[in-house]
Amino acid sequence: MTGVARNVLILAAAVLSGAPFAPPAAAQNEQFVPILSYRTGPYAVNGAPYANGVADYYSLINERDGGINSVKLLVEECETGYATDKGVECYERLKGKGPTGAAFINPLSTGITFALTEKTETDKIPIITMGYGRADSKNGAVFAYNFPLLGTYWSAADIAIQHVAKELGGFDKLKGRKISLLYHDSPYGKEPIPMLHVLAKKYGFEFTPIPVTHPGVEQKSQWLAIRQNRPDYVLVWGWGVMNGTAVKEAAAVAYPRDKMIGVWWSGAEPDVTPAGDQAAGYKSLMLQHGAGKFPVHADIEKYVYAKGKGSTEPGKVGEVLYNRGIVNAMLGVEAIRKAQEKFGQKPLTGEQVRWGLENLNLSDARIKELGFEGMLKPIRISCSDHEGTRDGRVQQWDGKAWKVISDWYTADEPLIDPLVADVSAKYAADKKIKPRDCAKES
Amino acid sequence: MLYREAGQFKTTYAEDMAIFPIRQDRIALAILLGIAFIGVPLLATFHVWPFGSDYLLWAILLPFLILALAAIGTNILVGYCGQISLGSGAFMAIGAYSAYKLATGVHIPFAWLGFAISIPPLPVLASILLGGLMAAGVGILFGIPSLRIKGLYLAVATLAAQFFFDWAFLRIPWFTNYAPSGSVNAPALDFFGLVVRTPVERYLLCLLFVTVMTVLAKNLVRSNLGRQWMAIRDMDIAAELIGIRPLYAKLTAFAVSSFIVGVAGALWAFVYLGSWEPLAFSIDRSLQLLFMVIIGGLGSIMGSFVGAAFILIVPIMLNLVPTELGVPLSTQTITHLEFIIFGSLICYLLIKEPHGFARLISIGKEKLRLWPFPY
Repeated sequence: MTGVARNVLILAAAVLSGAPFAPPAAAQNEQFVPILSYRTGPYAVNGAPYANGVADYYSLINERDGGINSVKLLVEECETGYATDKGVECYERLKGKGPTGAAFINPLSTGITFALTEKTETDKIPIITMGYGRADSKNGAVFAYNFPLLGTYWSAADIAIQHVAKELGGFDKLKGRKISLLYHDSPYGKEPIPMLHVLAKKYGFEFTPIPVTHPGVEQKSQWLAIRQNRPDYVLVWGWGVMNGTAVKEAAAVAYPRDKMIGVWWSGAEPDVTPAGDQAAGYKSLMLQHGAGKFPVHADIEKYVYAKGKGSTEPGKVGEVLYNRGIVNAMLGVEAIRKAQEKFGQKPLTGEQVRWGLENLNLSDARIKELGFEGMLKPIRISCSDHEGTRDGRVQQWDGKAWKVISDWYTADEPLIDPLVADVSAKYAADKKIKPRDCAKES
Repeated sequence: MLYREAGQFKTTYAEDMAIFPIRQDRIALAILLGIAFIGVPLLATFHVWPFGSDYLLWAILLPFLILALAAIGTNILVGYCGQISLGSGAFMAIGAYSAYKLATGVHIPFAWLGFAISIPPLPVLASILLGGLMAAGVGILFGIPSLRIKGLYLAVATLAAQFFFDWAFLRIPWFTNYAPSGSVNAPALDFFGLVVRTPVERYLLCLLFVTVMTVLAKNLVRSNLGRQWMAIRDMDIAAELIGIRPLYAKLTAFAVSSFIVGVAGALWAFVYLGSWEPLAFSIDRSLQLLFMVIIGGLGSIMGSFVGAAFILIVPIMLNLVPTELGVPLSTQTITHLEFIIFGSLICYLLIKEPHGFARLISIGKEKLRLWPFPY
């Protein structure tokens, strides 16, 4: 065979590998749930534990309960690498799978959320962005398919400032103080800025945003600026390698770690362990839950790990981001369950699951039944409030473990709502969306 | 046997200068265009396999068409004129953001002069084309250093464009209409009252742009101007001695290339993404385009398409294969395998055929002409 012929053969093989566009095998009583995850790249340290939590909870539902009311969950994972274009590709790949298409989508990236917001509305697939995503999508009248459950970045910004005020001894003490925001320069990191400007104006502190370029391993100049400016507090809105780097750089310029407050995405084990002892004292917000094991973990160990179906090492069960994964998966599963009450115990479409999400109402008793007692507060979603609750606490890394150091804070809704109304109205006008009348929604 | 031009006589100069002088090529092209313009939309409308879902159209064909267009633009500069550019991503971004600004209305207040420049929102088609023109203008500006510096040094200068515009679109809120997150939304795609929404419509729109611009680009590289570019590429001093002005030749190459890349950028943002951030046009995009051109074949329009297909589609295929075959591998392993296999493919290909797919195709054609009696 000549060299050219061989090349042609290889080309042919490359083209033929395009064959797998076969129509998907029809499964009957299965609900398809996609997982968009990232286990590679600079954000994998945070993406992997989260994805493990999500996958394990779905396995638990299938192994322990035989699905949701005997509708089995059909799960497929797609690697996005935290890149927007790959995320869109994954969404297109997975949205139509299973007998009824994807029940919902969790992109775990604010950038991908922005890119998918319009698409999911057209395809009628709800997009769950638990603790991230667009803050203005709290307004369900405009964003019918977006669900920033448990807390948006505007709620997070407010909770962080509330904690700072408490440490200083009152909101009046904020006046004249300097607070910097060290943020990942992407829609994710920029999202809290408008809210922090509002807060700075209200309480009279000086607010400085300091951007860090993707992926965030280079922060020398930013920390030099912090060293010169000496802010009273530094809020950290980082993700992946950026978090660990920030803690190390803070130690290098001797900025006190206990004056740093990370958002709930900058407060997990992989963020502080690389810095070793230097990380002790670092604080972060909690998206309600923290690390630790609860009754649901016992079930996961019994039904999933004991059968060898777990997706990580048993020792990592109960880490912060793993727990966030199971909380996220649980909310999705409960939304499907809620929708089944109305539409019947069969695989549901995204549009039907959307109804379930919008009418999701988890009481304390139900949360206890699910094994999440102590991790979550009651959640109630409605048309006008797609966030559900806006509570958070603060935890501190003592060098070995995360310790909860504060009581519960609730974000100041009257302060946030005008901004939500303003920005979402602008989006509605841009996209020519007619807001729904929430009074008429049931 | 089938691919033989014996008996096809050219009796006029026009026939002699046709883009596709061989009849079989014209037939093949007509079939290809027929499939692209009629077959694919028909199949997609009726959801016939492989268009059962929108996946093929949305996630493969649409990005392929737009990136192929951008690759053609890059090829004009890098392949035809020999000016290595690492700034293609930036020119895409300029196209995208200019089109966005023009489509949403421009307002520049000159407070100290007491007046303001206000342009009302323009129609989408005009915005996209003007976005391309804007990119062409900036391309000329960043092409000026090419008159003095060459080769890799020029690549570094164009890299400056890349980083400058990354910075500008990220940091200057005016470009994003003061969007709080820095992520902007494309306006509705309204073409003279016809609103483009569905994947099929988007596909046809891009196909139309790509076809028209490909024909223009192909004719341009065969023209006087294209020959000047190639002369500059092959040996700039010799070109100057035979009367080609380097200033004119290089800057036109920058302008035409940036125009096409800019239009591709606007399409990428408006038609494919719908909502984007500067990261969509980062240095990775520039490198991706450069690789498309190198793998496809420097100085070949056809090669741009093949290169775009290879760089864009092969990784997706590699990623899909294990899942579709039901091989139980974690997504992590699949992604790592994808990188390994794709990387080795590129190395193998460049060792075996340094001139890229375009050269492979022309060798194939030569062989086909002699088949089945090679000598």
